[in-house]
Amino acid sequence: MKKALKNPGVQAFVASVICILLGLLIGYIVLLFINPEGAAESILNVIKNFFTWSKPKTQLKQFGNTLSKTMPLLMCSLSILFAYKVGLFNIGAAGQYVAGACACLYAALAWGWGWLPCMLFAILAGGVLGAVVGILKSYCNVNEVISGIMLNWISLYTANTILAKVKEVASPYTMYITDMNPSALLPNLGLDKLFGNNKYVTLAVPLALVIAIAVSVILSRTKLGYELKATGNNKNAAKYAGMKENQNIILTLVIAGGLAGLGAAMLYLTGYMRWECTQSSVPGMGFNGIAAAFLGGLNPIGAIFASFFIQHITDGGQYVNTNFYSSQISDLISSVIIYLCGFVLFIKITMNKAITRNEEKAAQKLKASDAKAEKGGVQ
Amino acid sequence: MEQYAIEMLHITKRFPGIIANDDITLQLKKGEIHALLGENGAGKSTLMSVLFGLYQPEEGVIKKDGVEVRINNPNDANALGIGMVHQHFKLVECFTVLDNIILGVEPNKMGFLQKKEAREKVLALSEKYGLRVDPDAKIEDITVGMQQRTEILKMLYRDNEILIFDEPTAVLTPQEIAELMQIMKNLSAEGKSILFISHKLNEIMEVADRCTVLRKGKYIGTVNTKDVTAEDLSAMMVGRNVNFHVDKTPAKPGEVVLSIENMTVASKVHKNNAVKNVSLKVRAGEIVCLAGIDGNGQSEFVYGLSGLEPLVSGKITVHGKDMTKASIRERSTVMGISHIPEDRHKHGLVLDYSLEDNLILQTYFSPEFTSKAGFLRRKNIREYANRLIEQYDVRSGQGAVTTARSMSGGNQQKAIIAREIDKAPELLIAVQPTRGLDVGAIEYIHKQLVAQRDAGKAVLLVSLELDEVMDVPDRILVMYEGEIVGELDPKKTTQEELGLYMAGAKRDEVKA
Repeated sequence: MKKALKNPGVQAFVASVICILLGLLIGYIVLLFINPEGAAESILNVIKNFFTWSKPKTQLKQFGNTLSKTMPLLMCSLSILFAYKVGLFNIGAAGQYVAGACACLYAALAWGWGWLPCMLFAILAGGVLGAVVGILKSYCNVNEVISGIMLNWISLYTANTILAKVKEVASPYTMYITDMNPSALLPNLGLDKLFGNNKYVTLAVPLALVIAIAVSVILSRTKLGYELKATGNNKNAAKYAGMKENQNIILTLVIAGGLAGLGAAMLYLTGYMRWECTQSSVPGMGFNGIAAAFLGGLNPIGAIFASFFIQHITDGGQYVNTNFYSSQISDLISSVIIYLCGFVLFIKITMNKAITRNEEKAAQKLKASDAKAEKGGVQ
Repeated sequence: MEQYAIEMLHITKRFPGIIANDDITLQLKKGEIHALLGENGAGKSTLMSVLFGLYQPEEGVIKKDGVEVRINNPNDANALGIGMVHQHFKLVECFTVLDNIILGVEPNKMGFLQKKEAREKVLALSEKYGLRVDPDAKIEDITVGMQQRTEILKMLYRDNEILIFDEPTAVLTPQEIAELMQIMKNLSAEGKSILFISHKLNEIMEVADRCTVLRKGKYIGTVNTKDVTAEDLSAMMVGRNVNFHVDKTPAKPGEVVLSIENMTVASKVHKNNAVKNVSLKVRAGEIVCLAGIDGNGQSEFVYGLSGLEPLVSGKITVHGKDMTKASIRERSTVMGISHIPEDRHKHGLVLDYSLEDNLILQTYFSPEFTSKAGFLRRKNIREYANRLIEQYDVRSGQGAVTTARSMSGGNQQKAIIAREIDKAPELLIAVQPTRGLDVGAIEYIHKQLVAQRDAGKAVLLVSLELDEVMDVPDRILVMYEGEIVGELDPKKTTQEELGLYMAGAKRDEVKA
């Protein structure tokens, strides 16, 4: 048991589970405070999400919805963890995600491009935005968090302005891709059949999983990953070893930006969501990606499960009983849980401290008894 | 009965897996200078941390003036009149000397500083003990020697009776060292008790009355310095007789490998250039040592040479090929330069990488370790790492997969040396390669440097340690304020002469 707890992988998993449980507990307490009557039922519904439905077919269909929204979140969390491994905090993932959404929607609706060029365009847009952060960081020493947050807002309002050209006359939403340009919809590859004819389950699902595995392989097994992680761990040593650390920083943020941009394409090119051209806050996907990355123990494979869980909880929020709570409560509960997810590292460190302390005590006891035994032996 | 200012009796302090202090007794008489001698890792720092209340010992007691006391934190130690000059000074760079002295015990009326009386007290103290300082000079503008005197005044200002000096001479020139010795004698004559932590035997012989020796956490003994020789002390410290002199045959310098002409490198901390117009040559089969006091441009010189910092002007050639504009990677691969960096944690290692990943830091991109598709060849890397670990005797907890961070300083340094030497360089730049290492590791590293020389490589050693400067190289170049001020033959010069050059008191025209 003790040995297993020392394994970093096991530690990350245990820490994540503790975070989830704490988040649920605090969410429950919040509900209790607002209205004790429906608290237990509501928190259970949040956990159950699509299982709230009774018919298996509806369950499957709702599961498909959660799954298709998990993939963009996964891409955002990959974007953040990839940059994090290189020592960068890519809070600009939210803006890169917006840039990707803007690029693919505009290309699909205004230019009538097919899904593949639209998707590549989204990657490009996110990558360019990442490059801006990277260039500012490496050549002007501008902190990537500052420039990232600023660019989030710049890209939000730029997207609002550009996408207003392809919006419906009567509403603030962009036009339906389904009506205007079905060729821009991601192919279903028959996956829709598996999920009760949920047409939002597309190529994005297997593609995102493959990319998560690819990110894992790149980080652990390639020369590129070796260089990037060395740069992140110790910029000076990387420079000393002749790595081009400035280029590495830019490259990292381009890749991270591309991942976030691709995430947006994975959502908007399914037709599941449309862009609201009057929105005044950056979509939460990029920020939730931070929580997913940490909850997943900063491991690409862990991020798959973490992203699914966070999306699961977010979707589950809609099943909170609205007789007892206002409809915004769903966001509150999921955000409390997501917030707690950020504590994984903290819990891991606390766990480690406790383990070493116990070991020290045990070692001392052992020594003390040894010493006694020795003394006894001599006498 | 003898009067002891402070006594540490039978102190035992354990850490997981190690007994840092094993039944150690240290008794400091009133008004004496008592040396504490031991190698790195002998337990000196732990013992001092116990005295300052940073650690609580498992066994043993501390007595002040014969009365048992409990020291739970550094404030308790201060209250007992114990003060310490740390090896790395704890001064606020942008404050004046006076401000630093009163820092923490500022005389004030209702929150307003009353500096006048403080100044008078400081001036009186500096007069009494011969501690020359300018109270209004800023720390960043004064010499290291004066900074140290400021630290001493800090203790005196607080009326400390027990003064601890932690390796105080490491950063000083021989002349400044002589001055410090005099100051310490003055202090003890005025009744202060001094604990002098050092591993420099001749200084201990000169200034200390008694000496306590520690080895590997154990108490070896306390002796009167009058009754012993430096050799006796060294045998007590190391547990065997150490060969202080590096065995080597006369150098057979060959053709010029490295040639530097008029190199100038900018400083990062001030507006002047850190390296000014330096020209030098290093030949195959010789060890050239760049000596000098810390902060005289040696670091920047190496940065310029290795490509970490750009040159303002000048030309660097290796085997006649111009490499002034070459990238760091080209210098390492094409030009055959290996560089053992000054700071192994800052430049030399990625501490969170495994030992094997650190061993390929300079060669990871070669076909041996990276496939054409860009994947690392893990099997080759492991084999290579295991070979280096065996050949260079790099010890670690779990072999090739040990995290570099968890290795001891000596083995971290061995790993770097293995990596840099195994590259089969034409020119080996070794910057303070023995810093912070114990005698055994130092011997080993010096042997490696000489072996490289004997294999016909050019070796450029940058060192601050006088013993190393005198023993290892075939030629000494002294750097002072960014310029080469003297070329000396280690066989013909003395430490005193070297010190005059290092302090800028003497200089010759040196041609490369």
